[in-house]
Amino acid sequence: MTVKKKKGPGHSSHELTKQEEFVRNHRRHHHQISTMRITIFVLFLILWEVSAYLGWIDSFFFASPSQVALCFLEQIKTNALLSHIGVTLFETIVSFLLVLLFSLLAATLLWYSQKMSEVLEPYLVVLNSLPKSALAPLFIVWLGTGTTTIIVAGISVAVFGSIISFYTGFQQVDSEKVTLIYTLGGSKRNAFTKVVLPGSVPILLSTAKVNIGLALVGVIIGEFLAARRGLGYLIIYGSQVFQLDMVITSIIILCIIALGFYKSIQMIEHHIRKKFKM
Amino acid sequence: MQTILELKNIGYSYHSLHGETRALSNISFGVGEGEFIAIVGPSGCGKSTLLSIIAGLLPPEQGTIVVNNPDGSLAYPRIGYMLQRDHLFEWRTVYKNVILGLEINHMMTPDRLDTVERLLVDYGLDKFRDKRPSELSGGMKQRAALIRTLALDPQLLLLDEPFSALDYQTRLFVSADICRLIRAAGKTMIIITHDLSEAISLADRVIILSNRPATVKAQMPIHLTLKDNSPLASRNAPEFQQYFNQLWEDLNNDG
Repeated sequence: MTVKKKKGPGHSSHELTKQEEFVRNHRRHHHQISTMRITIFVLFLILWEVSAYLGWIDSFFFASPSQVALCFLEQIKTNALLSHIGVTLFETIVSFLLVLLFSLLAATLLWYSQKMSEVLEPYLVVLNSLPKSALAPLFIVWLGTGTTTIIVAGISVAVFGSIISFYTGFQQVDSEKVTLIYTLGGSKRNAFTKVVLPGSVPILLSTAKVNIGLALVGVIIGEFLAARRGLGYLIIYGSQVFQLDMVITSIIILCIIALGFYKSIQMIEHHIRKKFKM
Repeated sequence: MQTILELKNIGYSYHSLHGETRALSNISFGVGEGEFIAIVGPSGCGKSTLLSIIAGLLPPEQGTIVVNNPDGSLAYPRIGYMLQRDHLFEWRTVYKNVILGLEINHMMTPDRLDTVERLLVDYGLDKFRDKRPSELSGGMKQRAALIRTLALDPQLLLLDEPFSALDYQTRLFVSADICRLIRAAGKTMIIITHDLSEAISLADRVIILSNRPATVKAQMPIHLTLKDNSPLASRNAPEFQQYFNQLWEDLNNDG
């Protein structure tokens, strides 16, 4: 948070107070960071374009920014790129929301029953460490090819880690605060709704940030194997017909989607933190 | 003074695979109506365990607690428990924090809320009702925690080193302040403390516990000639030093 201090009326204009100097340095620092970020990006684009133009890299394999831009426009016209993007976005958001719902429910049950959490712990650990891409062929056999399979793949990547994070978050809530609820005559349910859940909001938010990325990973894996639509499908299709500019364009769109998801969750987080002053 | 609660031969042990740790053994004492009792003892002797048992959070392994209500009913007295830290929730405003107990017990009745309102005004927290706990000073937080406890109209207040998280100077004022408020509200109080001066200045009777397993080593009624004054002034009472020395001796002799 930046603290702004108005200059007093008696202050001479070219002499900065320590506070103003601090604010100025703080802003300058942030300007420098953003400038450097943008510079790196622009330099990278220029280098890429020039290398392709001068034949340092083979533009058939590596494409170039101008090719990507052309490909982007062309795909919008011929292949309905926007609908592919829409499909991937939709599947990711549905997976993400279902992951949140399932893991919140599961972690709540584990919190309620110490015994159940002890019993299930090794199962969760194994399922969490299992590479979920290994399950994708099974999902295809069980569920066929289509949206359901892809959403299930997206869920499978994120859900176990998410349960573990939520449950750990619940357990980290100060046990004396839970005792406080009991001293006020509250039940275990009161302890959960009044202390454990609101006290875990920061962990819920940071886990959500990780989950949206993982859901995207799962959805792309699913689309590789079992889809006729979506960015994952475009990537696989493009590589099979050696249209590598299509692959690279899709990857760049994925980068933008990932960034967009992250930023939106960050905005929600910021909003919630501000509202509850956490 | 009528005895409202009587502890008879209370015993409690903690169990682990490595064996049994006896925390309390054969503890007996009575609690008079409106009485202020301070419990002192070496660290780790089981003082908090004793308080949890009185509060009904832990069932005693041995012994019983006899209830002796003035109206002859057998209902356990309503207990208010103040923990070592205020534990006000940062995600609630001060007001939402002090009505937490009412909310949990579904007792948000107009006259309960009126009582809370009056306490907020009396304790000077009215202006801070919409603030977050972190915006309050240490003393104000303790007052807010006290309102949260008093909102449920407890008959017996249990305080487990409630001021130990405060710095020394604040602590002197806050402990005096809180105890004055509790006395003014006409409640009975049991307070655990490490601080012998605090025990003497606040309590009508000091109970000294021994090392683990804790037993009642001695009980010392306190009569300070400055009793009407604040607990801060009572530290200047002529008998104060005498009580202090006696307590110190009782705590440290192993006889």
